[in-house]
Amino acid sequence: MTMEFFINDILYPLLNVVGVLVGAIGFGAVTIWIERRMLGVWQDRLGPNRIGPLGIGQVVADMIKIFFKEDWIPPFSDKVIFVIAPTIIMCVAMISFAVIPITPEIGVADDLNIGLLFFLAMMALGVYSALLGGFASDNKLSLLGTVRAAAQSVGYEVYMGLSLMGVVMLADSFSIRDIVEAQEDMWFVIPQFFGFLVFAIAGMAESHRAPFDIPEAETELAAGFHTEYSGMKFGMFFVGEYVGVVLASLMMAVLFFGGWHGPFLPPLVWIFLKTLFFVLFFILVRSVLPRPRYDQLMAFGWKVMLPLSLANLVITAGIVLAMAD
Amino acid sequence: MEAFTFYLTSAVTIVAMIMVISRTNPVHSMMYLVVSSISMAVIFYILGAPFAAALEILVYAGAILVLFVFAIMMLNLGHESVEQERSLLTPGIWTGPSMLSVILLGVLGFIITGESPQSPATSVSPKEVGVALYGPYLLAVELGSMLLMAGLIGAYHLGRPLLKKD
Repeated sequence: MTMEFFINDILYPLLNVVGVLVGAIGFGAVTIWIERRMLGVWQDRLGPNRIGPLGIGQVVADMIKIFFKEDWIPPFSDKVIFVIAPTIIMCVAMISFAVIPITPEIGVADDLNIGLLFFLAMMALGVYSALLGGFASDNKLSLLGTVRAAAQSVGYEVYMGLSLMGVVMLADSFSIRDIVEAQEDMWFVIPQFFGFLVFAIAGMAESHRAPFDIPEAETELAAGFHTEYSGMKFGMFFVGEYVGVVLASLMMAVLFFGGWHGPFLPPLVWIFLKTLFFVLFFILVRSVLPRPRYDQLMAFGWKVMLPLSLANLVITAGIVLAMAD
Repeated sequence: MEAFTFYLTSAVTIVAMIMVISRTNPVHSMMYLVVSSISMAVIFYILGAPFAAALEILVYAGAILVLFVFAIMMLNLGHESVEQERSLLTPGIWTGPSMLSVILLGVLGFIITGESPQSPATSVSPKEVGVALYGPYLLAVELGSMLLMAGLIGAYHLGRPLLKKD
């Protein structure tokens, strides 16, 4: 084994994998702090500002607290499923990062010819986390939260998938790397504005973020499907949600806003800035919009989002077909 | 290497399927069914059908089985159903079907050993699948969509708000 082989075939891919994973979790963890500070700014209060510069040490303090809390498993719960459920959301969110090209050089399996479908499949599997967590808790409030989570996720997955098909048609590929490369001249947000709109809303609903947090609506359901969770298991649900926010933001940047493309700055800085912008957008939406009622959310999905994404699909297909001749 | 991954995944699928029918708690069975559909997706991928693999997870594991779990959860099958399932798993009930299945397994083994199975050299891209579906197999797609439409109308009929008779 030569040195060159070692660097090119072992060390480089390994660094790539570890870098993407650590970057994703790190960004997710810091997002918790960013959210609390920015909510403070937008709601005219301070937010956590005591530990470390600008209060960034709050992340560490929260982690220490969550590790030392009693990790309680209710005696009436279905123990194995209770333990498995929070790990699912973390796993699927982390695996999804594998198919996303960060820059031309960084990305784990970003040239997979079904990359986008792989991402959607992982999103679809993420539902099991809420579903099984709520079931295993054997608690009325958890069950109600789970019922809402399942109906919401299955519905919004449909629009999420349909909204991305316009992008696939324009890029002529399911590979996310090809999609980014096709945006060198024009970002897809311009021809696919409605696709972006539907994807942004569906992404928010998939990660159970306010105003789509009805599965865990604290005013009605205690904490919804994770009412019985505490300690590190709750931490998994919590961090998993924020990693999901980073994932959705990254996907918006990659699929609709040209990924790493941008003038002057290096690709890594561009993708970071674009992702940060959408993370802030998520937080802003949370700070200004109230939570809809459950039936309003479902009606909005099937009566507005579905027709919108279908119309977008048909019109895009027609234009692509007309341009091809 | 490819053969090894194929046999390993197949073993996972078969074990998961056995667990599906032998568990007494319906939600546990469903979990094994999800595992088996994911491992089936891996088999599709190994055999050069990445598109089918993605759809297997997206449609079966991600949507249909979610609704199965959903329905089971809503029925709230508690300890009685576990007892009921346990009584169904007595040897007297499963020996007959198993004997018949063993005969089929024997026949299958006889057929397979006849010629060595060839794994395809090329993998089929999503585009080729699409072209095939909307080219030679267009009729099948249309029939499938008609069936779904009928299902949709039926579901709407069952779920419609009941009209009050004055």
